[in-house]
Order: sequence, then C-alpha cells, then structure tokens
Amino acid sequence: MNALEFTNVTVELAGRAVLADVSFAIRDREFVGVLGPNGSGKTTLFRAALGIVPIAHGSIRVLGAPAIRGNSSIGYMPQVRSNVDTLRLSGWDFVAVVVNGHRFGLPYLGKDGRKEVDWALDMVGARELAKRPLAETSGGERQRLLLAQALIGRPKLLFLDEPLISLDPNHQRAVVQLTKNLQTELRISVLFSSHELNPLLGALDRVLYLGHGHAALGTVDEVITSPVLSRLYGSPIEVVRIGSRIFVMSGEHDVELENHRHEHEGHEHHHAPL
Amino acid sequence: MLHYDFMRTAFAAATIVAIVAGPIGYFLVLRGQTFAGHALAHVGFTGATGAILIGFSPLAGLVCLTVAAGIAMGFLGERLAQRDVAIGIILALALGLGLLFLHFFTAFATKATALLFGNVLAVDAGTVWILLFMGVVSLATLAVISRPLLFVSIQPELAVAKGVPARALSIAFLAIVALATAECAQIVGVLLVFALMIGPAATAQRLTKNIASGLGLAALLALADAWLGLTLAFYTDWPTSFWIAALSAAGYFLAILPWAHWLPRRAAMGVGTGKSLAPKALAPGDSRPAS
Repeated sequence: MNALEFTNVTVELAGRAVLADVSFAIRDREFVGVLGPNGSGKTTLFRAALGIVPIAHGSIRVLGAPAIRGNSSIGYMPQVRSNVDTLRLSGWDFVAVVVNGHRFGLPYLGKDGRKEVDWALDMVGARELAKRPLAETSGGERQRLLLAQALIGRPKLLFLDEPLISLDPNHQRAVVQLTKNLQTELRISVLFSSHELNPLLGALDRVLYLGHGHAALGTVDEVITSPVLSRLYGSPIEVVRIGSRIFVMSGEHDVELENHRHEHEGHEHHHAPL
Repeated sequence: MLHYDFMRTAFAAATIVAIVAGPIGYFLVLRGQTFAGHALAHVGFTGATGAILIGFSPLAGLVCLTVAAGIAMGFLGERLAQRDVAIGIILALALGLGLLFLHFFTAFATKATALLFGNVLAVDAGTVWILLFMGVVSLATLAVISRPLLFVSIQPELAVAKGVPARALSIAFLAIVALATAECAQIVGVLLVFALMIGPAATAQRLTKNIASGLGLAALLALADAWLGLTLAFYTDWPTSFWIAALSAAGYFLAILPWAHWLPRRAAMGVGTGKSLAPKALAPGDSRPAS
C-alpha cells in the first residue's frame, strides 16, 4: 500500500493551476523531501492531501483511502506562524490543545490524554522545555514542540511544511535528524518540504521536486539533474556538486538561496486566509 | 454598605458580569481579537440609543445590535476581525450614529453618560435576572465550543486539517463576545468594556502559562476589580467605572513589571537550561549524534 498517491491531480488557486496533472506515489515508510521554488505548490500539495484545498481533477489517496479532511492518520506541521512567539502558554498546553481538539466540550484531557501529550513530548525530547512559556523558547525548541503537536493521534504519515525556515545550520541538522529518528522508530512515512536540499541529503529516501505545476519524484541522482530541473524551472538549470553538497544554479545564482530570501520577504503572504 | 438595596443589586450584577467577562476575555486575548471586542461595545452604543429613540429598552437594542455585529464580523472572517483600521472606522461610525440618535432624544446628557460610562448603581432587580440569563447562555455556549475554539485559536492550520469548523466557531465565539460585551456595558459602560473584559484576562495571561488556571484567574481578577471598585466607589463617592478601570489597569501594569513574573520564569528557566544550551540534544532514546 502506498502512503500517498496522486493520480492526475490538478489544483487551481485563483484561476492558476498550482498543480497541473500531477501523478506520483510515495511508498510506505519513505522519507521524501518536497522541494521546489517559491510558489511551486509545496504547501498546496499538503493542503490538498489534507482535504483543505479542493482538487479540480484527479484523485488523491492517503494510505489507500480517498483524501478527506480530518484524516487522523496524517500528522501535520504547518509553517511557523508569527503569533506563536507571543503566546505565554506553556509548551505542554500548546501540545495538549491538539488532543481530541476537534471534539466539542471542555478542554479537559483525562489521564489518557495527558499520557498522550507526555509521549509526544518525549518522542521529540521536549518534556523539560515544555514547562516554559512558548514566548521564551528558541526557534529550534519551537520546532520540536510543533513536531510533538503533529505526533498527537499517532499518525502513519507526517507532513512537515518548511520546518527548517529561519533556523541556523546546527538547528537545521538537529531537526532533520530528529525527524529521521522519528520516522525509523515509529515506522511512518514523512514528507518534508524545504527550500534547501543539502540539510536533507543524509535523511532522504527520495525527492519530490515541484515546479511550474509539475512534479518529479525519484532519488537525488535521478531528479537533481540539469534536464529534470530545467524542465521544472522552465529555464536552464545547472547542478553543481562540491564534495557531498549539491547546488542548483540558474546562471550565476544559487536558486535555493534566492528562494530563501524571497520567502523571508514575502513571509506574510504565505498565511492564506482560512 | 450591603444593607442598601441598590448596593446589593449592584454587587449581584457585577458578580455575574465579572464571572462571564473574565473567561471570554481570556479567549479574546488569546485570539488577538481584543480590539474587535472593543468595537462591538461601540456598536452596542448605536443599538442602545437607537432603541431609546424608537421607544424600546436600551438593553434590548444593545444586545440585538452587538450580537448582529458579532455574527457579521465572524462571517467576514478572522482576517477582518484583526484589521485595526476597518474596525476603528466602524467603531467611530457607531459612536457617531449613537450621538445622532441621542440628539433626537431629550434626556440627552444623563442617558449618554450612563451608556458610555455605565451606571451600575442604577441597575434594577429585573436587569439582574436578564444579566444572569445572558451570562448562563454565553458561558454554557463557551463551555460547549471551548475545546475546538482553543485548538483553532492556537494552531489554526492544524485545527482546520483535523476537521475543526473554524468559520462556524469564529461566528459562535463573536456572538458570545457580543453578549458578554452587552453585559459589561451595564456595569462599566460601552467605553470601558475593555477594563472588565480585557484587563483581567490579559493580566491572567501574564501570570500563568496554564490555560485552565488562566481562565479561572481571569474570572477571579475581574471579580476582584468589580467588588473592590464598587466598595471604593461607595466610600469615596467617586464613579464605580473609574475605580474598575483604575484597578484593571493597576493589575495589568503590576503584572507586566519585570519583577512580577521574575520568580516563576526563573524557576522554569532553571529546569530548561540544559536543553536550551544544547540545541542539538535529541530525545533521551535518540542516542545518535546530530551531525
């Protein structure tokens, strides 16, 4: 059974086809890096599989079943929102709101609920830091708490949307390694979107590269090549390898670096209205 | 002071309103919608004065228009509810319209002052029962939606993915806020709703990082502001609304002074220091090096 299967999927946002006739299949227990330039549809892909964004054509299957909203087998870590920094709640409460969060009633957890929160915090090594208010945690610590939120409900498939954004290289490595460990230990599949390929290189099984509405899925050697990327970017792309690191260049520029800068400038625009 | 009938009524009204305002204010602060709550109170002024003009009870007008405005705000979405300029302009328009309605009404000055700044000592026993009914309705509704509301307030994208009806909750919540606003306006007037609804809630959020104790503390602080305010007003003969506003502000500024959360924060930092100094540290079970 495949973890996630897109068959001829088209998703249109404001009249533009963000994903156009995209097909791919992600296998069970795979760690897939979702890469691509800004606006290439990484977040949209997640949101379509979560059933939040309607698809115009095609079909999406999650663990063999049609994609529906509220699917408890998917854990989701959205991009970091600015309001999280100002919350004076403890990390523990921040994770606890997810437990049965869709059910009506008072937010009383019960013994099982509290155990679930502790389990998720232990999995990401955040049991101690969860005692502090969120406003007093660092970027890397916040990412761990967000990961713990995603683990609530024991999902079989994790969607992580840009967890590396605004982290320094050390914290980036720590988040990737932590995710890899979670994936192996819990035997789950992970889709990890990122602007940069290099921090993910040691952890990846395959790469899903998006661009111009299209997608290419394969190993790094199959996908990160000049012909494939030139087709996805719609302009000539050169792939340069220096040691174990790979740089995707358009003319003189490092494309991933450019993306990263734009992402920061246009950060507000990524929080689409609900 | 409690052997006066009007004082007993005032204490009863203030108690009900404070217990309602605290927890609802806590959610407003959490959701970053405090200004929206403030604006709803001003819309209530238009409703109350309009009702007076056409011969209805001001409370009825206040409740109807704030609830309608709250629901409309919920429909327009959270993005608008957080848009300060649009809300500010509506707020000004509402006050202006209220002024126009009062202009056509003869007992202008007393009505205007009572509506704008409240007159809790003039609340009658019948109004207390109405306040109690409205309070029970809003708190009961809040209790029913509190879990998903908390989820969608803190982590909207994830909540929507998990199937939480974000829009419906937003509408329901703003309707509750509107009811609570109308209640607060009976005590402190439409201009000072912030003092009773937001002040104690924001203070509570500074003092505790736990949601349940934050909700309780918000209610307790609102209650303390209201009771102390009434007592001080009785002995000084100064307006109750002034005292409530002053106490609410004093509580908040005491709470945000550096020393106020110095103790709990230091304690928490001590526990977490090991982790924060070693960002690469992973879960105890994950013994592999990070690089």
